[in-house]
Amino acid sequence: MTAAIRLRIDGRAVQVRSGTSVAAAVELAVPGRGAHVSPGGMRRQPLCGMGVCGECRVSIDGRAHRLGCQTPCADGMEVRTDA
Amino acid sequence: MPEADKAPALRAGLVVVGAGPAGIAAALAAARDGVDTVLLDGAPVAGGQVWRARQGVAAEPVAQALARLAQAGVRVLAGTRVVMPLPDRLLLIDGPEGARHLLWARLVVATGARERLLPFPGWTLPGVFGAGGLQALVKGGWPIAGRRVLVAGSGPLLLAAAATLRGEGAHLAGLADEAGPTAQARFGATLVAHPAKTVQALRLAASLAGVPWWPGWRVVAAEGDGRVERVLLARGDRKRTIACDALAAGWGLVPQVELGQALGCASGARHGAEALLVDAWQKTAVPGVFAAGECTGIGGARAAALQGEIAGHQVAAELVSAPPPPRALSRALARERHFAAGVARTFPMPDRWHQRLRDDTLVCRCEDVPWSALRDQPDLRSAKLATRCGMGHCQGRLCHDTLSTVMAWPRLPARPPLTPAPLSSLLASDHPHPSTEETKA
Repeated sequence: MTAAIRLRIDGRAVQVRSGTSVAAAVELAVPGRGAHVSPGGMRRQPLCGMGVCGECRVSIDGRAHRLGCQTPCADGMEVRTDA
Repeated sequence: MPEADKAPALRAGLVVVGAGPAGIAAALAAARDGVDTVLLDGAPVAGGQVWRARQGVAAEPVAQALARLAQAGVRVLAGTRVVMPLPDRLLLIDGPEGARHLLWARLVVATGARERLLPFPGWTLPGVFGAGGLQALVKGGWPIAGRRVLVAGSGPLLLAAAATLRGEGAHLAGLADEAGPTAQARFGATLVAHPAKTVQALRLAASLAGVPWWPGWRVVAAEGDGRVERVLLARGDRKRTIACDALAAGWGLVPQVELGQALGCASGARHGAEALLVDAWQKTAVPGVFAAGECTGIGGARAAALQGEIAGHQVAAELVSAPPPPRALSRALARERHFAAGVARTFPMPDRWHQRLRDDTLVCRCEDVPWSALRDQPDLRSAKLATRCGMGHCQGRLCHDTLSTVMAWPRLPARPPLTPAPLSSLLASDHPHPSTEETKA
């Protein structure tokens, strides 16, 4: 449970506890940054925490629009909030 | 070549969608009676919202349930969502193994509820979350220790969320519930008839000792430069401003009816929200399709488990001639319904919500559609076509809920895909090959 997972968020190396969601890892790496940008150009953070609102979506390993709050971090993941 | 052509189709006597209290109970009851059962859930770990995993570790009731499910031979597909129902009792599902077809003889829809998240000025600022939403995020490792959090909105979920946040080290700036002191006192009196719930409520209250509690106060706006820094509350003409790093705001729960509706199940208003209609055996209007738990109306985890158990037994009775559901389950369910009705009366959806919206308040967060573009539209379909409201990632789950209530507009039917799915899975929907099953019936 306390094993460390290593991943990269916007190119920056990050280490998190096992069981941490990608959404939480983004907040841990850059507090307040948010997951993505709305069509009107506003930075957004997750709202619902259960995969409904989509405000947590990020690109993971090149796949766009993945739900960060529903995805546990895994070793070697490449997460982008700016894609 | 569509992915699902390569992956053989699965089949089961019973397929249960949703692994919360209702789905787990349904799968267990049916499997123990000898029905070949598949249980699937979109989350990486089973449990649903009420028994949510913490740091990837299943909650205690779920750990026990998973052991029982394994013992009963239930196949659990985690991280797997229904993309769409197909004709001939097939579901198109998408999960870690890619898109696949799943053939069912009986189906239990146990898709649960989501938080009612309503728009107000500033609700799109970073640092504004659902109340259950922030609770869920924190269980996934979202850092909250030392941060000042205001919990607001309405309903008993606020207490549970506040208790979790405090337990993780948040500094609670206060708890504002729109239900006034009189309504709350009346609700407290009905608790007496439900001793187990009284104990639960007292335990929650004790864990929140010392937190400022403002019954009857509502959220007016969240403000801040680039993220929330303060929240304006009001009660009548009185106002107060609370400095905080986060606002956790929710107004109860709404049933998730989309899969049921896509299957053709009838729905109707229950406690002020659209819910799937079922009979005493949890059967919907569609042959072979059952529904159980919060998607049939908000009733709590205990009611959901009872409904699931009734559905599971009924499925087993139909498929393998097992005994019908025990009558004691229906009696226990009636008691839970009495309690749920009290909750719904005490913490209703606030009326005249449109008065809380400003011209520039974004009602549709996905497409950034402001209230000013929506309020003169005649109905939901026109609003959608004219403004793209509800055409974004959430597919209207947030804004259409709001608008159907605030504007009294009839809801639009749920349209597949029910979950944003890769094109390869959608292509797979044209090529069902149920004859290539890999498992026994």
